[in-house]
Amino acid sequence: MADHVVPHDIPSVYEPSLFGTYSKKIGMWLFLLSDSLTFGALLYAYTYSRISTANFQGQTPFHSESIVNATIMTAFLLTSSLTMVLAVRASVQKDQKNQTLWLLATMLCGAGFVILHGREWTHLIASGMTLPMFPAPPGQEINPDFARVAKDVPQFASTFFTLTGMHMLHVTLGIVYLGVVALRKKFIPILLLLWLVAWLGTPSYSPFHYGAHVILLAAIVCAIVVWLKPKVYDSSDVEVAGLYWHFVDLVWMFIFPLVYLMSAKIL
Amino acid sequence: MDEIQIAIAERVAEEQRHHKKAQFFWVWGALLILTAIEVYLTYQNMAPAKMLTILLGLSFIKAALIIGFFMHLRYEVSLMKWLTMCSVVGCFIIMTLFMLWDAQRVVTLGVH
Repeated sequence: MADHVVPHDIPSVYEPSLFGTYSKKIGMWLFLLSDSLTFGALLYAYTYSRISTANFQGQTPFHSESIVNATIMTAFLLTSSLTMVLAVRASVQKDQKNQTLWLLATMLCGAGFVILHGREWTHLIASGMTLPMFPAPPGQEINPDFARVAKDVPQFASTFFTLTGMHMLHVTLGIVYLGVVALRKKFIPILLLLWLVAWLGTPSYSPFHYGAHVILLAAIVCAIVVWLKPKVYDSSDVEVAGLYWHFVDLVWMFIFPLVYLMSAKIL
Repeated sequence: MDEIQIAIAERVAEEQRHHKKAQFFWVWGALLILTAIEVYLTYQNMAPAKMLTILLGLSFIKAALIIGFFMHLRYEVSLMKWLTMCSVVGCFIIMTLFMLWDAQRVVTLGVH
């Protein structure tokens, strides 16, 4: 391999972009395509567990309350996609104020989704749908329905928590991503504060107690990125961030019917 | 970004300046209505196979709306549209084929 540059007088020639767009966007699309296969594999694992386990059908714990909760979560994500596309629109019109406002609105909807999802997880674990790494809180009364699901269909808890946990992680990182695009370095102290609140505000047996360290890790990575490459994010950055956010919404459009609606036990 | 990338990004932004705000609200409304239909179907006690088919069909419509309008893929050049969609659909077809044999066996033999 050549390890030095040979000087020449030939002028540089640039080929037009094969995909008619800028490299950052193509890079994000490639990442999203690979990420869709990760989620696809998890959805297939869930579906396979479901059809190959005799006790699976009819024992899943989603009653009307869970369906209502998941529907509100879906509405939050769909609304966040609308606000995100409005942020992109404001950015191409160089309307900095509205761009920031719409990005913050998107983050707020995303945070609503994560809070509702976290509440659902906490309720499921407290009711007895546990995993070795998600034990039930001490002194909590176990719901026999949930305990039976955890005992007879352990695949449900493991595939459910893996799939929805992976999605929740993506939403959380998406909020961090949008926060950096909207507020740049001002977002780092906010992230650290959020980490402290999440860490100190959750009991030690909760998965969110140690899960909160994701926020700390994200804050460190964002601080390095913002410090190494300080810049004002333009419309292309907002659009690429938007692609990521819409993808998170897109994945939920499959998780919601396959995991929640298909497993509903309406009483 | 180098100058070429900046010029391309500026051209893309210029194209997007003409997108109507109302169309995004229409898409959002359609997505909410499709979600409401899905939830309504859940309460109809349908046969699982029929329900799965309908729910998956609605999910694909929602996915197409999100990819096409919110992710702006419908405004991209044909090569971008076809290459991205065909590659991901191809991968999912391969995944489905791998799962299908065993799923068929389970369905034929029954799980109960």
